Amino acid sequence: MIVQGLAFYMFAAIAVASAVMVISARNPVHSVLFLILAFFNAAGLFVLMGAEFIAMILVVVYVGAVAVLFLFVVMMLDISFSELRHGFLQYLPMGGLIGVVLLAELLTIVVGWLISPQVGEVRAHPTPPIDQLTNTHAIGRILYTDYIYLFQAAGMVLLVAMVGAIVLTLRSREGVKKQRIATQLARRREDSVEIKKVQPGSGI
Amino acid sequence: MEALLREYLPILIFLMIAVGLAVAAVGGSWIVARQRPDREKDSPYECGFAPFNDARRQFDVRFYLVAILFIIFDLEVAFLFPWAISLGSIGLFGFWSMVVFLGILTIGFIYEWKKGALEWE
Repeated sequence: MIVQGLAFYMFAAIAVASAVMVISARNPVHSVLFLILAFFNAAGLFVLMGAEFIAMILVVVYVGAVAVLFLFVVMMLDISFSELRHGFLQYLPMGGLIGVVLLAELLTIVVGWLISPQVGEVRAHPTPPIDQLTNTHAIGRILYTDYIYLFQAAGMVLLVAMVGAIVLTLRSREGVKKQRIATQLARRREDSVEIKKVQPGSGI
Repeated sequence: MEALLREYLPILIFLMIAVGLAVAAVGGSWIVARQRPDREKDSPYECGFAPFNDARRQFDVRFYLVAILFIIFDLEVAFLFPWAISLGSIGLFGFWSMVVFLGILTIGFIYEWKKGALEWE
């Protein structure tokens, strides 16, 4: 139990510290690396809550894929690091506004949780205890049947993302030689090889 | 809950050892060794060419496309895990629900293939 408490404070402290570093690091690439550290610590916190599946998905999807994507975006932008500092005050109102909106949403959830009449009903059907049913099982039992519309909508969102990414970024270049396997296979010996008899001592 | 966390204890210990080793290696050399940096020692390559320009150049956008397509199929596979282990209790409905989901993404996959997004010129 005490190890659990210590691990919680370690993960929480590192998560908050690296989140602060994300917005205060000078170099955007360092910011992304601190973001990865924050993701890892959030995964540790999820494990402490018993949400194994979410923790592993956080590591696989966020650390493995989304962080790579962020790195790509950072490297693709043409950033001069000295100019980046100048814009700080300029973006402060917008960033502050987004922060306030996020805070308001979080407060709505917390306060709604306290005063909502349905809370008792939700508390009456909690997730089954982990000793009986693992977290992954519990998700699998409801995600594909009870929440089928949301699940299919997730599939649609992924499809749209795929098509959108291709439409936005795919461009074919002119004059690039490609291997055409069908043409290679269709080629026959008679079309391309010619045999000539050459007399000794004379040219062709 | 206790039993679950006990299974994760080796990972925590491993994490501690890894962090401890890294701190010992970097910190030890920082404390013990003499630090006399100069311009040549700090340059990325001590011998060979001088670097031509900054490494933070713009990338070809195709790397981004490959990464984003990877994420999408990564998420598709992530959805498969809870489905696979609870298949016994969700019945035929849950099975076909996943088949429809995979079908939708297969449409995207065919589109991607035909469009040539998987080819690297």
